[in-house]
Amino acid sequence: MSTATTHHDDHHGDHPTGLARWLFSTNHKEIGSMYLIFSLLMFFVGGAMALVIRAELFAPGLQLVNPEFFNQMTTMHALVMIFGAVMPAFVGLANWMVPMMIGAPDMALPRMNNWSFWILPFAFTLLLATLFMPSGAPASGWTLYPPLSLQGGNSLAFVILAIHLMGISSIMGAINIIATILNMRAPGMTLLRMPLFVWTWLITAFLLIAVMPVLAGAVTMLLTDRFFGTSFFNAAGGGDPVLYQHIFWFFGHPEVYIMILPAFGIVSEIIPTFSRKPLFGYTSMVYATASIAFLSFIVWAHHMFTVGMPLGAMLFFMYATMIIAVPTGIKIFNWIATMWRGSMSFETPMLFALGFVVLFTIGGLSGVMLAIVPANFQYHDTYFVVAHFHYVLVTGAVYAIMAAVYYWLPKWTGYMYDEMLGKIHFWWSTIWVNVLFFPQHYLGLAGMPRRIPDYAVQFAEFNMISSIGGFMFGFGQLLFAYIIWKCVRGGEKATAQVWDGARGLEWTVPSPAPLHTFDTPPLVEDNVAVHRDKLT
Amino acid sequence: MTETTKNPLRTAGLLTLVAFGMFGFGYLLVPLYDKFCEITGIGGRTGDAASAEVLSSEPDLSRTVTVHFDATVNSALPWRFEPTERMMEVHPGKLYETLYVAYNRSEQPVVGQAVPSVSPGRAALFFNKTECFCFTEQLLGPGESRDMPVRFIVDPNLPSGTSLVTLSYIIYKNDEATAVLAAAH
Repeated sequence: MSTATTHHDDHHGDHPTGLARWLFSTNHKEIGSMYLIFSLLMFFVGGAMALVIRAELFAPGLQLVNPEFFNQMTTMHALVMIFGAVMPAFVGLANWMVPMMIGAPDMALPRMNNWSFWILPFAFTLLLATLFMPSGAPASGWTLYPPLSLQGGNSLAFVILAIHLMGISSIMGAINIIATILNMRAPGMTLLRMPLFVWTWLITAFLLIAVMPVLAGAVTMLLTDRFFGTSFFNAAGGGDPVLYQHIFWFFGHPEVYIMILPAFGIVSEIIPTFSRKPLFGYTSMVYATASIAFLSFIVWAHHMFTVGMPLGAMLFFMYATMIIAVPTGIKIFNWIATMWRGSMSFETPMLFALGFVVLFTIGGLSGVMLAIVPANFQYHDTYFVVAHFHYVLVTGAVYAIMAAVYYWLPKWTGYMYDEMLGKIHFWWSTIWVNVLFFPQHYLGLAGMPRRIPDYAVQFAEFNMISSIGGFMFGFGQLLFAYIIWKCVRGGEKATAQVWDGARGLEWTVPSPAPLHTFDTPPLVEDNVAVHRDKLT
Repeated sequence: MTETTKNPLRTAGLLTLVAFGMFGFGYLLVPLYDKFCEITGIGGRTGDAASAEVLSSEPDLSRTVTVHFDATVNSALPWRFEPTERMMEVHPGKLYETLYVAYNRSEQPVVGQAVPSVSPGRAALFFNKTECFCFTEQLLGPGESRDMPVRFIVDPNLPSGTSLVTLSYIIYKNDEATAVLAAAH
């Protein structure tokens, strides 16, 4: 990477080396790499916690951990995976790719970009340190519902501060992305010529700015309730614990789209490349993304149908939730139409993108089932919900991130990854992830509650199958880390274009992308560069 | 190429303001939620102290409404707390009184605070209390027992489909007042 710096003058001439290079970096590519490496690390930390959970649930009875620690694992697994693995991975991809895709030399606010990243290690040190505290890590579930979350130990204060830091990091990252997209596009890169990954991130960034502060407010109220004698959620003091659920899910529902919209963008880049056809229905994709973002603000109460709500409210939230299936369906049909009569090939990024389309749709359908109020009363807080959100988050968000890594890795490193190992990684993961999560649908329908360390013996078989799937899937991800490592170290040289069907400005710069790209903005003269209209 | 004339710092500044605004909005949800519950009766918020209009209204003797009384003691409070009557047949527009009995099982003086709730939610706004032990903190000495009266009147405007109303109390320990009490002793 350093070769490209030599012919640059002025401010980026003397690039620091060693640790200082990374600590003080304001370069979007270096910061993007740090985000992605951090996210991979957290993926393994959160994955290890998931394996503790699955090991305990391998058989009925209490074998390995005590129930208190089990609850800490479910809580921490979620917090680490959401805020440590999925969100930073998307921000890392945005850092790397958004400036290159819109022909900008860097992010709009490079110093703030450095700060956004470097807050994260501190946030996760605080969060993970609670595991070693006398009162233990939070054990009330990642939603931190009061009164339960207020009945734990003082480590809650550390968790809340960690969430504040993660929120500040995400908000700064989001502000930076919007400022970059709105101000730094190359001449001719009009809004409706932007690649869809850029579009989905623009909308995601607005969601982040709108809801992360609301989460900050909610956890601040928890903090003052627990330590400073306020009664926001304390019924004895005139507060209402249900209020917390409303505030939390006002954040929480847009949050789940924050974790999936960039995935839609990634898949919308990859499928046209390997179908060698323009994306079908570009404009409808943009509008569908915006509709999903809007709808995410008016459906929050579907997470809490069972708290007791007037019939009218339940009907409203049920129908509003079901309407989301329309723009989501538009996207899925657009992807299928993109592939229709394309000359498709099935390299690893395409396999993960196709895996995403199929498996995310399963998660989407169980979501529609959960939206039905009378059914929801039965499914609420069962393993059916666990199966649902793992299909949309693991085979949805995480699959899209893996697809993106395979897709752009040659651009980042200058080498092709090992295609055979990539395909093995895909098929291994896809088989085991279904062994892991599909039986959980049945467990939920049969009535097994979530967040329990022990269960009735009738659930034994499916739990054992699920745990086997979990261990196979989990250890399989070491292969992913190895493939990345191997690709960074060397391999077949990648061309600038990398994939013959790829279109977009990022493929016009050499591989590996030099540290500074587009110091002179390119001129974007037509739609071809961004997967629209006819390919040349 | 209008792009180059744009100012990223200005965009970032505006977005920062939005972020702070949304932090404030999170807090604004608290009074909004209270107001919303008060207006709609969602969450079983009971009507305010009865208005003069309700008190002076003619009892509607042709209509009978069943009122259930319910009590729950929070596990942190060492009290027994029960209604003396489980059920009452009332006429809308007429004032009634019933008693709850509280008994302090512990050897310390303890302050309790009752929180009322009425269901179904659509009846909540039509259930008016003129006197209630829930309006004030209740101090019981060790082993002390007390009759706590509730006086209520069901608004004659109660929707006609409603014939059963449940008045439920959860009584909590008021930690702060109990601590003040303990310090004074």
